Amino acid sequence: MADPLLQVTDLRVTFETNDGPVQAVNGLSMSLEAGGTLAVVGESGSGKSQMAFAIMGLLARNGRAEGSVRLEGREVLNLPSAELNRIRAQSIAMVFQDPMTSLNPYMRVGTQMAEVLELHKGLSRRDALAESARMLDAVRIPDARGRLSQYPHEFSGGMRQRVMIAMALLCRPKLLIADEPTTALDVTVQAQIMDLLEDVRTEFGTALLLITHDMALVAESCDRTVVMYGGRVMEQGPTRALFEAPSHPYTAGLLSAVPRLDGDDSELAVIPGDPPDMSRLPPGCPFAPRCPLVMETCREVRPVLEELGDVRRACHAEPRAVA
Amino acid sequence: MSAPLLSVRDLSVTFDVPRKGAMPWTPPQKLRAVQDISFDLKAGETLGVVGESGSGKSTLARAVIGTIPASSGRVVWQGTELTGLSVAARRKHRAEVQMVFQDPLAALNPRMTVGEIIAEPLRTHRDVTRDEARRASQEMMERVGLLPNLVNRYPHEFSGGQCQRIGIARALILEPRLLICDEPVSALDASVQAQVVNLLRRLGREMGLAMIFIAHDLSVVRHVSDRIMVMYLGRKMEEGAAREVVGAPLHPYAKALISAIPRPDPTRKRARIALEGELPSPLAPPSGCVFHTRCPVARPDCSAGAPALAEPAPGRMVACPYHSEPVRAAVNS
Repeated sequence: MADPLLQVTDLRVTFETNDGPVQAVNGLSMSLEAGGTLAVVGESGSGKSQMAFAIMGLLARNGRAEGSVRLEGREVLNLPSAELNRIRAQSIAMVFQDPMTSLNPYMRVGTQMAEVLELHKGLSRRDALAESARMLDAVRIPDARGRLSQYPHEFSGGMRQRVMIAMALLCRPKLLIADEPTTALDVTVQAQIMDLLEDVRTEFGTALLLITHDMALVAESCDRTVVMYGGRVMEQGPTRALFEAPSHPYTAGLLSAVPRLDGDDSELAVIPGDPPDMSRLPPGCPFAPRCPLVMETCREVRPVLEELGDVRRACHAEPRAVA
Repeated sequence: MSAPLLSVRDLSVTFDVPRKGAMPWTPPQKLRAVQDISFDLKAGETLGVVGESGSGKSTLARAVIGTIPASSGRVVWQGTELTGLSVAARRKHRAEVQMVFQDPLAALNPRMTVGEIIAEPLRTHRDVTRDEARRASQEMMERVGLLPNLVNRYPHEFSGGQCQRIGIARALILEPRLLICDEPVSALDASVQAQVVNLLRRLGREMGLAMIFIAHDLSVVRHVSDRIMVMYLGRKMEEGAAREVVGAPLHPYAKALISAIPRPDPTRKRARIALEGELPSPLAPPSGCVFHTRCPVARPDCSAGAPALAEPAPGRMVACPYHSEPVRAAVNS
């Protein structure tokens, strides 16, 4: 069998801080087929963004990644930056939450985009600009050629995110990592951007790794889902299976805390407590302090990921007790 | 019938925006952020205000509370007209209308303890001793679900959800009659959002509070509101009972807005009404119906005159003469 596009095995990310080492990601394994969709869901502090930074080789200086990240069968974790640059250009691209901070405010959009192609593909400025205009057109920015000479602040939030997506696609990457790409946007614009990401996937065959906290967005856009909490995988498997019968109390809690348009007027189901403090994780299951099904063992023994049908889950409770 | 607590009539807010490269004597451009908004709010009632960013919902709230001057229209609070009152005269009413903000940490003074923050309105508006203030803030902390023994801590020692509880405690310490919440949960984690929504609902009921709840997340708004008002480019597009507006929206914009909300159900593909383009610039709003440039059922005459608010059913208002026309939704494969 051919290698999957992305194969992450036992990824661990540790930060050296003044309070001692902090494990931001702990034992994450997942794979993504070429052209597929995968969501990583979690709250702040779940480690979902650090996971992406580790794959991209963008960890902060005090961060260290261990384990294995294979892209088309080739180990890419902790490669020297010269080699990573080539991979980052040609195989992986990333779109961030806030498009304003990822674009250079002093450079015209066309110049920023053309630079990418000149550097990585060796195109001339003229060809690079022409290709950039084609890409802006592909992400449905009206009057693409005219907008090349504009600065980022002249674009609206949704348009800026389109520019970021266009820029990420310039080198035709095989994998697009989108970190909360629509969190700062209105729902109507969010719908446009998610449609665009879907079109991009079918048009360019780009696989999508979506990082988000929004369960509803996951339901609509990704075939497989990884649910993270406190740096660990709580549950992972086909999105449909997770939504129909969550086997982990955290997944179940997240799902029932989503206010529904067609719900009744009773109180929203609530996960009590606050997201975890990563520097003071409990010895057992990280979710234990907030879990409705917590048992004595949960506080002491960390549950390991176990297969349950199509799904993998890390929980001491009986799967039947969860739903 | 009892008189409404708050009555807003034809409220408009206009900002002066200097023209690009203008000379000092060039008259500034007018940005009409809010235009001719009217609504009533009864005691204990919650009005949800939704719309995209730039729709004027926050400006509306600030004009009601008086931190932004209204350019025309009236705000009547329990029979007293507030617009045109002097700042000092308005202060008397300020205690009865309080506000909760979006970014919970930014809304709290980092150099004050939680106790001082919560008690500050009390010390400003009422004549209380330090001890009384402290006791009152501890009581309030308990009501909003914070441990009263944390009264001497500083805001940075709390999580986002807890900071929002502090903000709510500060807003409620004067026992206001109206609470204006501007995106109170959009900066919070999903699991914490539900806690704060439930808290606001419970406190609202317990204290008989009226609320204006501003948010872009319609599913949250539906959950807390009795009535919902949908705004677009500063105008009211639709208003009605929350359940009806969300369940059977009339205005094409409300229909599109609601269809754009992702549903947490992977088995069904949503039928979505795609809106073309972007929110037009409020400096140069489209003629006639401001929504006609993006409206899926727009007709030639929509650009001619602004549609009047029609009342197809009691308590239901819509600013579109063609609201009974079906809007075709595309199923995104």
